[in-house]
Amino acid sequence: MLSAFIPIAHILSFAFFILAIRGLSSPHTAQHGNFLGILGMLLAVVSVLLLSPITELGQVLISIILGAGVGIYPALKVKMTSLPQMIAAFNGLGGLSAMFIALAEIFSGSASHFDTSIGLIIGALAFSGSMIAFAKLQGIITSAAINFSFQQTINFLLALAIIILCGLFVLMPNINIFISLGIISIILGTLLVLPIGGADMPIVISILNAYSGLAAAGIGFSLGNVLLIITGTIVGASGTILSYIMVKAMNRTLKNVLFGGYSIQKHNSSSLPINTQSAHVGSPQDAAYIMENANKVIIVPGYGMAVSQAQHILQKMAYDLHSKYDVEVKFAIHPVAGRMPGHMNVLLAEANVPFEDIYALEDINHEFSSADVAYVIGANDITNPLAKTDTSSPIYGMPILEVEKAKTVFFVKRSLNSGYSGVENPLFFANNTIMLYGDAKKITEEIVTTLENK
Amino acid sequence: MIDFWMLFTIFILSGFIGYFVVWGVTPALHSPLMSVSNAISGVIIIGALTTASASEMDTSKILGLIAVFLASINIFGGFAVSHRMLSLFKRKEKK
Repeated sequence: MLSAFIPIAHILSFAFFILAIRGLSSPHTAQHGNFLGILGMLLAVVSVLLLSPITELGQVLISIILGAGVGIYPALKVKMTSLPQMIAAFNGLGGLSAMFIALAEIFSGSASHFDTSIGLIIGALAFSGSMIAFAKLQGIITSAAINFSFQQTINFLLALAIIILCGLFVLMPNINIFISLGIISIILGTLLVLPIGGADMPIVISILNAYSGLAAAGIGFSLGNVLLIITGTIVGASGTILSYIMVKAMNRTLKNVLFGGYSIQKHNSSSLPINTQSAHVGSPQDAAYIMENANKVIIVPGYGMAVSQAQHILQKMAYDLHSKYDVEVKFAIHPVAGRMPGHMNVLLAEANVPFEDIYALEDINHEFSSADVAYVIGANDITNPLAKTDTSSPIYGMPILEVEKAKTVFFVKRSLNSGYSGVENPLFFANNTIMLYGDAKKITEEIVTTLENK
Repeated sequence: MIDFWMLFTIFILSGFIGYFVVWGVTPALHSPLMSVSNAISGVIIIGALTTASASEMDTSKILGLIAVFLASINIFGGFAVSHRMLSLFKRKEKK
């Protein structure tokens, strides 16, 4: 009877995990799904603990409680703007946990050396890669791409070393080989993420998310544990699909992101002498006047909005325009806006922007031509029309939000500087574009003040 | 030891399940998807529980306990932040 308990608990667990992800198909069911996920986890853990010697439970429970404390505190405190680095850190800890389990298995004399090595390698890549991603997002190290000479040769040699050590370990299991395997994998993970720049972070975080899942699946193979394989693989699929969506939204290839070159080339794209043109500069008061007389305003937020924490005041602006001046206001979100998939959606949700007012790229692009104003705040590359026309541009082919079709385009920016891609945006100099120089939050605050004082 | 090919079959089938379930997630909830999937990948903890609750205090038990600690951070932190994010979406849904 007891022998059936664990398998049944584990079947319920993975069923609940699948339902937890399924719940995310709509905001109505998402929270319910999260509770099912918690229930699934509880079942999985309790079923294993029930069969453990009762005398040893103390230390295990202390470890769990310590982990709970360390995990819950930042989860409740973190600002939504800093969400990407926290997710990166959690991904990394998942990888590190896989490494420790793999080590423990080898020390206790596990039989399947190959599976355990795979778990160790993927865990190590997830761990070190995530730590670098975390440090970049947190600003501990520069978020710019860090390039060094012979980068690809070194990475290739490290990968080769990993394959050889892995084979060697399977043939003659020696703990030193196993530890070297872990260390070299950590170095490779570090070197792979260092050269990746800030705006590519949505892709990197997604890949690392997949790795943390696949590491669990690898450990599942080594322990012959079906629940770990199923759950790890589903998480792996999730991370993989997210990276695919992000890569496609940038019209990049995975190879291009991982092995870079993107930020190295100082790009000299169009032959247009756009530097000599001058941009129209406006004031927040002008913007307020034009927007209150508009019928339809589409707001395009980017990472700059997140950096200056402008989401709340932006919501206020949208609310005032709608309630006081009867303007139709919509938000347009590019898939790669921000530093992780769905980042903008969370920030707007935090600021109480109604879910129905937020549109994805493919649902809103046809509406710009009927909009009076596009208010681009802290975004650049995702609106650059060169992506459609200039075949030599590094962002060529990337789907963009077609803000240039709106009657008036406002760009809230600190300067005329090009975006992350290093490509100049000819829209800044277009006749229907008005630049609003300054901090995204301050500018929007001034607009709101003007709107409310009438 | 369960047959490798049996495990491999489960692996492939799970890949298919993951593929279809994840494509069903609305893009607006991609951030919570990452944190939820992050939390459930913490199920790796059950791989550590057995070694961590061994009766002899040796290297593998210590490693197991550390792994339990790390995976718990993932589980509790992941579910907590998912809950926080999802309550943001829920709140304005009623509007």
